[in-house]
Amino acid sequence: MNLLEVQDLKKHYPIRAGLLQREVGRVRAVDGVSFHIAKGETLALVGESGCGKTTVSRCILRALTVTSGAIRFAAKEGEFVDLATLPKRQVRPLRRHIQMIFQDPYASLNPRMLVGDIIAEPLKVNGVPAAERRDRVTELLELVQMPPGARSRFPHAFSGGQRQRVGIARALALNPKLVVADEPVSALDVSVQAQIINLLLDLQDRLGLSMLFVAHDLSVVRHVSDRVAVMYVGRIVEVAPTDALYRAPLHPYTEALLAAVPAPDPARRGHRRIAQGDVADPANPPPGCAFHPRCPYAIDRCRVDRPELTPVSDGRWVSCHRAEELDLAGVR
Amino acid sequence: MRQIPMVDRVALAIRDLAVQFESEQGIVRALDGVSFDLHAGRTLGVVGESGCGKSVTARSILRLVDRPGRITAGRMLLDPATPDEIDLAALDPESRKMRDVRGGRIGLIFQEPMTALSVHYTVGNQIIEAVRQHSDISAAEARNRAIELLREVGIPRPETRIESYPFELSGGLRQRVGIAMALAGDPEIVIADEPTTALDVTTQAQILSLLQRLQQEKNIALMLITHDMGVIAEMADDVAVMYLGRVVEFAPVHEIFATPRHPYTRALLRAVPSILATPRQRLSTIGGAVPHPGSRPSGCPFHPRCPEQLGALCSEQVPKPVPAGRSGASCFKAEREHEAVA
Repeated sequence: MNLLEVQDLKKHYPIRAGLLQREVGRVRAVDGVSFHIAKGETLALVGESGCGKTTVSRCILRALTVTSGAIRFAAKEGEFVDLATLPKRQVRPLRRHIQMIFQDPYASLNPRMLVGDIIAEPLKVNGVPAAERRDRVTELLELVQMPPGARSRFPHAFSGGQRQRVGIARALALNPKLVVADEPVSALDVSVQAQIINLLLDLQDRLGLSMLFVAHDLSVVRHVSDRVAVMYVGRIVEVAPTDALYRAPLHPYTEALLAAVPAPDPARRGHRRIAQGDVADPANPPPGCAFHPRCPYAIDRCRVDRPELTPVSDGRWVSCHRAEELDLAGVR
Repeated sequence: MRQIPMVDRVALAIRDLAVQFESEQGIVRALDGVSFDLHAGRTLGVVGESGCGKSVTARSILRLVDRPGRITAGRMLLDPATPDEIDLAALDPESRKMRDVRGGRIGLIFQEPMTALSVHYTVGNQIIEAVRQHSDISAAEARNRAIELLREVGIPRPETRIESYPFELSGGLRQRVGIAMALAGDPEIVIADEPTTALDVTTQAQILSLLQRLQQEKNIALMLITHDMGVIAEMADDVAVMYLGRVVEFAPVHEIFATPRHPYTRALLRAVPSILATPRQRLSTIGGAVPHPGSRPSGCPFHPRCPEQLGALCSEQVPKPVPAGRSGASCFKAEREHEAVA
C-alpha cells in the first residue's frame, strides 16, 4: 500500500532581469519527478549537489510552494490528499504525520531548551496533556537509547551523535506516518555515524517506519534503504531496489556515481573509470539527456531527444535511450 | 615493530610535537607527542575523527596555530640530517624564512578553496601574486606561469579562465584553482586538509586522481588529511591513525586495512559504511563518543571506549608512542601480542 505518491513534480525558480524584472529564464530545480513510497519502506533520494533532491523533500514538507504536479499522501488508510494543491490552512493538521530529521544536530536543537522540552514540544503543540507528555518523553528517550536523565539537561551537554538521537526522538514523538531525513548522518564522525545508522535500522524494524532518506553518500544509502532513486539535474534517471541498483546499474550516471566512491579497500585501487566534467547547470541544462556531455555511451539521439523514465522490469525504471543494450558495471 | 623500507628522501621529520591551547577552563593538549616522517614522492594519509589533532598538525607545520595555541615541545625538521636542516618549530612564524617555507617549500590545499582565494580578485591575479612571492620573475613571465599552472591542474581554456573571478567557477574548478595556488611556489611538500570533503563524489574522484598525477610528476611529499577511510585506501602509501592528539598507529596502507594493530583502527574500519554492504547490514560501533580534548582520560586515551582494554594497565599508564620511521601501534595489548610472536 502506498503512503506517498509523487507525480510529475516541478519546482521552477524564475530568473528575472532588467528594469521591469521580466522573467528571462527558469532554474528547473525539480523538473518532472515521479516516485512513490510504500508503507514501511525507506526510499533513498541520491544525487550530487544541485540535483534537486533537497528541493523535492522541501516540497513534500510544503516548506516550498510547488510549481506543478501532485504529492498525494495517505493521511488515512487509502484516502489520499494532494499536498501540492492543499491550502496552507489545511496542510497544518497534516504536518504531524510528516516529520523531519535534520542534517546538523548542532543547529537544529534550541540551545536554551531542556532536552525533555525539545522532545515534548510537538506533543505540546498538538495538545497532549502534561502527564502524558512526560511518559511519552520517557518512552522516546528509551527508544533512541538515551539515558532517562537526559531530559533535564541542555543540548550542549551532549555529543553530536546524542544530539542527533534527540532530533530523532523529537521527529518520532507524534508517531508520524512518514519521516523525511535530509542527510541525517553526514555531519557525524564515523564511529557515531555507525551508531545512528544502526538506530535507524532498529527503528525501521521496531516501528515499521516509512522514510524518505535524502543523501549523497552511496555507502550509507546501501545500508539503510529498500529502494533508491537517483537524481540528476532535477530529474530521476533511475529507480531500483537497492541491491539491484548497486550490482547492475542501468543508467550510465548511476554507474559513474558508483565508480566514483572510493571503497575502503586498497586492493581495489585505481581500477575505476572517472566521469569527466561537472554537473550541468539546472538554469541551462544541456538539450536531450542532461547527462549526455559527460556520458561515455552517448549517441546522436541523446543530444537531441530527452529520454523518459520508463519501466524496465520488476520495480526498475530508467531514463536512458540505450538502457537495454548497455552492460554497465556495478559494485559487488 | 619493524623498519619500513625507505628508499625515498625524508622531506620533513616531525618529532615529539606537542601543542597546547590555554584557556580559562584549563589547558587543552591538542597534540601530545606526535612523530612521523614525510617522504619525497610518497603520500602519508592522516586519518581520525574530529578532535584527533589532524588539522592542528597541519597548521603547526605551517606555523599557523593562533593564540591561545602554542607549540610547547618537539621539532619539525625540514631536510633532516643534511647541512640545510631547518627546525620549523624554532622559527618565528612571521619571519622571512618561515614565509618562504609557507606557500614556497610547503604548499597547502584547504577543504574549502575559498579559504585560500579572495572574492575581489581574478583567479589569475591571485596565482600571479603567489608565483611572484616565491620567485623573482617579471609580471609577464608570472602570467605565463599562472596559465601553465591552470593547465596543469586540468582547467579548460586557461588563457580565458585566468580572467575569471572565483565565484564564476564550479566547486570542482575552484578546488583545481586552490591546487594551482598551492603549487605556485613549486613546493616539495604539499599538505592537503580534507581537500575533497566539500565536493561531490564524481568531482572528488577527479580531484583525487589529479593529486595523484601531480604528486608523481613532481615527486611531491604529500600529507593527505581525511576522515574518509575510502580516500585513505585510494591514495595513501603510509597511514597515521590519530586519536586525541596522538598517532595511535602507523603502517603501510595495506597493513592498516589487512592487519590493523590498534583496537581503535580495527573499530574504525568496522564502523565505516561500505558501498559493498548487504541490504540492511548493521555496522559495528564504538561505544561512546570522542571525548573533548580538554577532558582527556588518564592512561591510554582510548581505554574508556576500548573493547580490548587490559584493566589498570591501560587506565593508569600511557602506552609508548610509535617511533617515527617504524610501523606499529601505541597500545599495551598490541605490544604484548608483538612480544608473544617474537
